[in-house]
Amino acid sequence: MISGRRSAAGRALTEPPLVRRALIGASLVFLGAFLFLPLLAVFVFALQNGVGAYLAALVEPDALAAIRLTLITAVIVVPVNVLFGLAAAWAIARFNFFGKNLLITIIDLPFSVSPVVSGLVYVLLFGLQGALGPWLQAHDIKIIFALPGIVLATIFVTSPFVARELLPLMQAQGTAEEEAALTLGANGRQTFLRVSLPKIKWGLFYGIVLCNARAMGEFGAVSVVSGHVRGLTTTIPLHVEILYNEYQFAAAFAVASLLTFLAVATIIVKTMVEARSRTGS
Amino acid sequence: MKERGVLPGFGLTLGFTLFYLTLIVLIPLAATFYKTSALTWSEFWSATTAPRVMASYRLSFGASLVAALTNVVFGLLVAWVLIRYDFPGRRFVDMLVDLPFALPTAVAGITLTSLYSGNGWIGRFLEPLGIKAAFSPLGVVIALTFIGLPFVVRTVQPVLLEMDPEVEQAAASLGAGRWSIVTRIILPGIVPALLTGFTLAFARGLGEYGSIVFISGNMPMRTEITPLLIVTKLEQYDYAGATAIAVVMLVISFALLLAINLLQHWSRRRIGGAGIDGAGA
Repeated sequence: MISGRRSAAGRALTEPPLVRRALIGASLVFLGAFLFLPLLAVFVFALQNGVGAYLAALVEPDALAAIRLTLITAVIVVPVNVLFGLAAAWAIARFNFFGKNLLITIIDLPFSVSPVVSGLVYVLLFGLQGALGPWLQAHDIKIIFALPGIVLATIFVTSPFVARELLPLMQAQGTAEEEAALTLGANGRQTFLRVSLPKIKWGLFYGIVLCNARAMGEFGAVSVVSGHVRGLTTTIPLHVEILYNEYQFAAAFAVASLLTFLAVATIIVKTMVEARSRTGS
Repeated sequence: MKERGVLPGFGLTLGFTLFYLTLIVLIPLAATFYKTSALTWSEFWSATTAPRVMASYRLSFGASLVAALTNVVFGLLVAWVLIRYDFPGRRFVDMLVDLPFALPTAVAGITLTSLYSGNGWIGRFLEPLGIKAAFSPLGVVIALTFIGLPFVVRTVQPVLLEMDPEVEQAAASLGAGRWSIVTRIILPGIVPALLTGFTLAFARGLGEYGSIVFISGNMPMRTEITPLLIVTKLEQYDYAGATAIAVVMLVISFALLLAINLLQHWSRRRIGGAGIDGAGA
């Protein structure tokens, strides 16, 4: 009797093997068609004309100019947003103050704004028709359709990433260790570098990687502010768009494969960091 | 208050955070609202309710809704399979779920277009059935399903993981069958997370641009999404018209952000303190 009841109870704790296999099968088919096939397709399409054509598409002058512009943008955007992320997470996770939840909402704001609108707001501010446009033109400063506009739009879109990665981490860790270090005579800088930073380094690392991937891959916002001057104001995603619209499919996918490598690296880093934080705690 | 006395850097980090957000986020957004004040009410009304604009709202809202609902079904399935079952390749599949977060939207756009167009890997099987996937509203839904999937999976996963197995064991020992445990205990527990994931995916879908412009075909009145109309108006130097539509989108984004915050507040209370970092990416 007892064993009979136990096995009935055991059956109620999971699905029958057949159902289990059907559910696993259905989700694998769905993910295979929706996620894995596109990932595979990028590389197949990129190599459809052979390795020679693939490499030629990457070293062609306009492609190199796009790669260069994307790297310059990321080199400016990522450090600025790391600084912001660290400052915001420190202020919010370590102190209590009025309006904290509102501040977190404002940090999240760029996530919910359409990329196109994110670009538009800078056009309205700095473009010729914009509030500061005439003044900028009189002083011969170019922001829209130039590097500064691309950088600003990218900063806007990627600003939440580092802060969002660090905030829950630092909130969960609490302040006891920092307080101990300070009580034992460490100054603020020493406490941050030797106590706080080591505790958040993996979260910070992933935040940087994610922010970098989004900065290099941003399309909508950059497309609005860039002006699409080939070889001058086209980032890698914009170069991909131009090639695709010119029906140079193999070249478009070759350049796109660079960003795909970056995306794959980003999700591998995420998995590693998560595994590390699980074993660490 | 005590904390503020011990740890250093409150003024500096909060000051920098506020300065940065004001400069990068608040002033540009405020400038956009200010710019619309140049329009009279009737000009604003006709710019935001012209037939072509209304058609774009219908497509953007409709496609985002269908895609978010699809993701609720398949996102729940994928989250369930990843948390509850073990199968070969589970970690790889788990990693793959983040691909749409990390892959630049333009790359997703050209890849999905090539896969679903008439002679593409998937499109060639759909066309004989009379299903036109690329360059139709269905294409928009496909792109948005790709983009939105991680939002549902990643919000539901932690809630499924943290569910107390003892509740299920108790129900089973009291004679409940599997079906009633799933529908009466597990599903009610993840409804808040599912709703949050749905809203996140829906909000992301409304603003999405890069992955859609390639696959939609951009036919006026038929396959134009709202963000595309903003770009089109900008290219025609209709700054006032672009701004008016952008303001409508911003107001909708803010409303959805508010809804997401309330939902997360609700789900945190429901599962007793365990946080959901749904806004992440």
